[in-house]
Amino acid sequence: MSLLELENIHTYYGHIHALKGISLTVDEGEIVTLIGGNGAGKSTTLRTISGLVRARHGSVKLSGHEITKMPPHQIVMSGVGHVPEGRGIFPRLTVQENLEMGAYTINNPAEVKRRMEEVFTLFPRLKERIYQKGGTLSGGEQQMLATARGLMLKPKILLMDEPSMGLAPVLVDAIFDIIKKLNAEGSTILLVEQNALMALKVAARAYVLETGRIVLSGTAKEVAANPDVKKAYLGG
Amino acid sequence: MERIIKSTVLRELLRPLGQIVAFVLGTGVILSILMFLISLIANKSAASLALIERNGIDLFTYTLINLPQVLVDGMALGFVYAAIALGYTMVYGVLEFINFAHSEIFAMGAFIGVELLLALNAAEKLSNITVATAFGWLFVAILAGMAASGITAVLIERIAYRPLRGAERLVPLISAIGVSFFLQDAIRLTESLTSGQFHRIFPTFGNFDERVSVLSFNVASTQMILDIPIKSLVVIVVAILMLVGLNYLVNATKLGKAIRSVAQDRNTASLMGINVNFVISMTFLIGGSLGGAAGVLYALKFTRIDPFVGFMPGIKAFTAAVLGGIGNLTGALLGGIVLGMVENFAGAYLGVFTMGNFGVEYKDLISFLILILVLIFRPSGLLGEQVSQKA
Ligand SMILES: Nc1ncnc2c1ncn2[C@@H]1O[C@H](COP(=O)(O)OP(=O)(O)OP(=O)(O)O)[C@@H](O)[C@H]1O
Ligand SMILES: [Mg+2]
Repeated sequence: MSLLELENIHTYYGHIHALKGISLTVDEGEIVTLIGGNGAGKSTTLRTISGLVRARHGSVKLSGHEITKMPPHQIVMSGVGHVPEGRGIFPRLTVQENLEMGAYTINNPAEVKRRMEEVFTLFPRLKERIYQKGGTLSGGEQQMLATARGLMLKPKILLMDEPSMGLAPVLVDAIFDIIKKLNAEGSTILLVEQNALMALKVAARAYVLETGRIVLSGTAKEVAANPDVKKAYLGG
Repeated sequence: MERIIKSTVLRELLRPLGQIVAFVLGTGVILSILMFLISLIANKSAASLALIERNGIDLFTYTLINLPQVLVDGMALGFVYAAIALGYTMVYGVLEFINFAHSEIFAMGAFIGVELLLALNAAEKLSNITVATAFGWLFVAILAGMAASGITAVLIERIAYRPLRGAERLVPLISAIGVSFFLQDAIRLTESLTSGQFHRIFPTFGNFDERVSVLSFNVASTQMILDIPIKSLVVIVVAILMLVGLNYLVNATKLGKAIRSVAQDRNTASLMGINVNFVISMTFLIGGSLGGAAGVLYALKFTRIDPFVGFMPGIKAFTAAVLGGIGNLTGALLGGIVLGMVENFAGAYLGVFTMGNFGVEYKDLISFLILILVLIFRPSGLLGEQVSQKA
């Protein structure tokens, strides 16, 4: 049984049919990446999983349990973490408070403190800015904060929506290193990326999305070797 | 670690106290200086001569003698406005919409509190009691008003606003106005069915109507006496306790952090595992109960209430919230204090300075003038951020 399983998901925004029958699986301990052009429906897929938008048809299962109709906060409590596109930093909360919100569902303050120290070892920059308001961080720092905040939950599966967006090349490498490291420690990750080259390097499997449909899937190697993918996403 | 927690607690208790003192002093001093200047300039005017003829004192002396009273009453009124304004501003913070039914939520608290006291009075529970017991019953009435208003606010949100959450901005606003009329009529109906009268009078008990002389001193052969009605003191103290408590709740507790997160980004808040609907309900509960307590305090201070009692204080508090910067809690506090004091200054001096041409009945005009000026020249309010850069 897969950890996460989407079956024939249809999602609409008003009468825009954004997802037209998405089926995919993510196994425990895997990194799976979702690639595709602008407006393909990658973010919508993640938002459907975490309940921010509702699927009109189809089902989302976590460890075999249906979560399709749960409200978002219960989906989070079931173990789905989501680092949203555009970061979603709380601009008027400090870095520390932002991280605390990531661990909102954890009621043991000592444990929250411990996890915060853990993410500070991954992102030392954030520790230097601990009392600064989220909105005053640079774009890259905000991206780090969003990722760090997602890790505070220690979710069963982490949905990451373009974690490398807007980062300097050296930070892109750093983010992908962290993703690899998390995975080596056993985390399961569903990764949405514009940077298909990097994503296909770290992922075990990949799905290619076009206008709300999955047009290709397979191991990351197979997908990277596909001529159409090469042309469209890997710069020839 | 222990020390850090304690100092955070202390900081979150002291900071709002400091703000309150600063706002009251600042507003009081500025308004007093302004009044002195005006009275000095006008001291030889017809208004001053008329006053000397009537009362034997000139305008300047008149201003001086009345000042302490005006300041204290302005403060009491300002805190009541601030407590109501917080309800508007908290709801605006999380939903970006003006809860126009908040004035009736306030009225609901006033009526439940007063009805409770009237029932106690009828049962002779309020006669021949010690001061401590009187305060006890007043406290119970305030709590009852808070509970009634808090629950009313939560129900209103659940029934009249939540189903409209995805709709155009104007839709919940219209719903709020509808709820407002509905509650007004509901109160009117209940009151007239139970006693045949629309209005209620706050029962006289305890020592709330007495005055305490705080100090008396001489300024240039004029004796200044500062004696404060005990009920004004009660209003001031209770309001300060509530404002500090609210500040602590919002800034130093987990629920408060959840409220702020929902206010800043509702979707991301839900991704943190926050039950957004619950947090919104709690916001209405807190804002509503502040309004309810303000209602009972208002009834204590002004004695007579009727089903429309919420309208004026409600719209004034809304003005206060806009003046301070809607959505900003400190702003509501500042706006309330400024508005209450300005209004009280206007009420106390307008009549004499204009030889009765503009009497105390025009003091409301000043408040609405402020509202209009703020909306035109500084829509983000005194402390608000630029409206466009709402996070
Ligand atoms: N809130 C919304 N209302 C209406 N349509 C939307 C909304 N959000 C997304 N869409 C539409 O749904 C489709 C899928 O959008 P989505 O954000 O999932 O794309 P994406 O693959 O994440 O693109 P990108 O790489 O640019 O982030 C697009 O056509 C988009 O215009
Ligand atoms: Mg996207």
